[in-house]
Amino acid sequence: MTLATPLTVDSLTKVYGDLTALRDVSFTAQPGRVTGFLGPNGAGKTSTLRILLGLNRATAGTALVDGQRYRELEHPARRVGASLSADVFHPGRSGRAHLMIQALAAGIDRRRVDTVLDLVGLAAAGRRAVGGYSLGMRQRLGLAGALLGDPSAIVLDEPINGLDPDGIRWMRSLLRSLAAEGRTVLLSSHVLSEVQQTVDDVVVIRAGRIIADGTLESLESGTRRVRVDADDRDALAAAARRAGGEVAVGGGALVVTGIDAVRVGEIARDERIALRHLSDDSESLEDVFLALTGDVTGDEVDR
Amino acid sequence: MMGMLRQTVAEFVKVLSLKSWWLLGLILVAYVGFTAAGLAFFFSELGAQLAGTGAPALDAATKANLVYSSVTAVGLVIPLLFGALLITNEYRHRSLTPTVLAQPRRGVVLAAKAVVALAGGAVYGVLGLLGSVGLGAPVLLALGEEAALDDPEVITLLLRTVVAMALWALLGLGLGALLTSQIATIVIVLAFTQFVEPILRLVAGVWEWSAQLGRFLPGSATDALVGAGILSSLGALDPSAPSAPVDPLLWWQGGLVLAALAAIPLVVAALTTLRRDVE
Repeated sequence: MTLATPLTVDSLTKVYGDLTALRDVSFTAQPGRVTGFLGPNGAGKTSTLRILLGLNRATAGTALVDGQRYRELEHPARRVGASLSADVFHPGRSGRAHLMIQALAAGIDRRRVDTVLDLVGLAAAGRRAVGGYSLGMRQRLGLAGALLGDPSAIVLDEPINGLDPDGIRWMRSLLRSLAAEGRTVLLSSHVLSEVQQTVDDVVVIRAGRIIADGTLESLESGTRRVRVDADDRDALAAAARRAGGEVAVGGGALVVTGIDAVRVGEIARDERIALRHLSDDSESLEDVFLALTGDVTGDEVDR
Repeated sequence: MMGMLRQTVAEFVKVLSLKSWWLLGLILVAYVGFTAAGLAFFFSELGAQLAGTGAPALDAATKANLVYSSVTAVGLVIPLLFGALLITNEYRHRSLTPTVLAQPRRGVVLAAKAVVALAGGAVYGVLGLLGSVGLGAPVLLALGEEAALDDPEVITLLLRTVVAMALWALLGLGLGALLTSQIATIVIVLAFTQFVEPILRLVAGVWEWSAQLGRFLPGSATDALVGAGILSSLGALDPSAPSAPVDPLLWWQGGLVLAALAAIPLVVAALTTLRRDVE
């Protein structure tokens, strides 16, 4: 720590038989930021992360860790920590033994094992067999494995799954503090509201394609929509456009996006246009996300 | 190089952190010990019955070798299962994901497992001998036979038993790496060692051409390597049986055949299943 370690996915394509799981997927997770990789189940999130970590092979394109393939890194597990599933542990082995084996194989100081067990709240359960762990405990064990090498980038697939409300709050503050230390944090989720309070940047994938990529703010501002009408519609539309809004006509009124209702009211006042109607028609971020990822029709995926 | 050393240590800890390895050891000692004691009774009794019939008597070293070789006669399945579990456990519990994250060069992972398989197989060889000598020798002595533990022929058999058991563990690893499914591997390993191969070996003895090929079965190669085996020695025990139609492999030929049989699935797996996406 703390080498700046951007994770760069570039034109990634993955074909399984005659199913195209990923099509030209590109995005970057930046150091010091939490990037949410969002999309419905089966959209290609896990495939992308597994290719990034050298577990799966891309059909075309690259996924690089600070410009290098994961397996070409000198100490991969010390550069990138990952937890891709809570279901990758031998049930007969203790959580502590699992971490000890990871540390030995990756050349990580064994004293880190107790440090990370403590950090994720498994110090007491560490010597028990994983077979007796709850899903939440296995998520924590996976996270402990990801943090074992004190890595400058952390990749987590659906890390909130199975955590109780306290666990979710704890996970949020942990991820925020990791990013604040300059680490790259990339996490996937199929529920936006789970990660909305955690992420800085958002990458949305649907049916193997990236359909939105930007800061959380930019995604939020894109959802502002005002329904407004006036006797002199043309003058109002022109004024709204000058103020930076986009204007369309729909349902017997103007629909302005990009600026909020207060700003539209000010414009009308300044331009001395009498309004007949003004309402905030913004969607919640969740609605936008659902609209972006919804209605996956059969022809979106090659079969 | 450091990666290989680290991975090997990690793989040893993987084995030792589970209970299955010593359970297999316990089964091996009991199974082999029981068999050796039974064979000691059988050969002692057989010798008494044959005495005075004019049939050639078995010398002490041959009897002792047949008793002590119960490790490879009935115990080969244990290192075979041990080797298979080394890799199929990872597929079954999906722990190949963290394993490959910690060491992305999969060839290093497989090579480290091969080292552990050979070492573990050798340990099972020693445990098996504890059973066969530990129970077989006292029974021989109690029946007035010789334990023959200072006979160079017997000492050679004991040493080569350890080598054979190590190679069988390697064979198990290769089969497991190739099949990936734990259930399928266990079923195939049990069926082959307990039924298919013994039957093949008996049937192979009928014609000369099949007897030629039969020498390359892993069990026959093992008997050649260690220098004794109940199935190979049936002819020697029955004076009315025709002399074997083909010469058995020499001990070192048997060893090479067994090593090749163990290495082939491992190499094929390294080039095929191991390169697949980790699920």
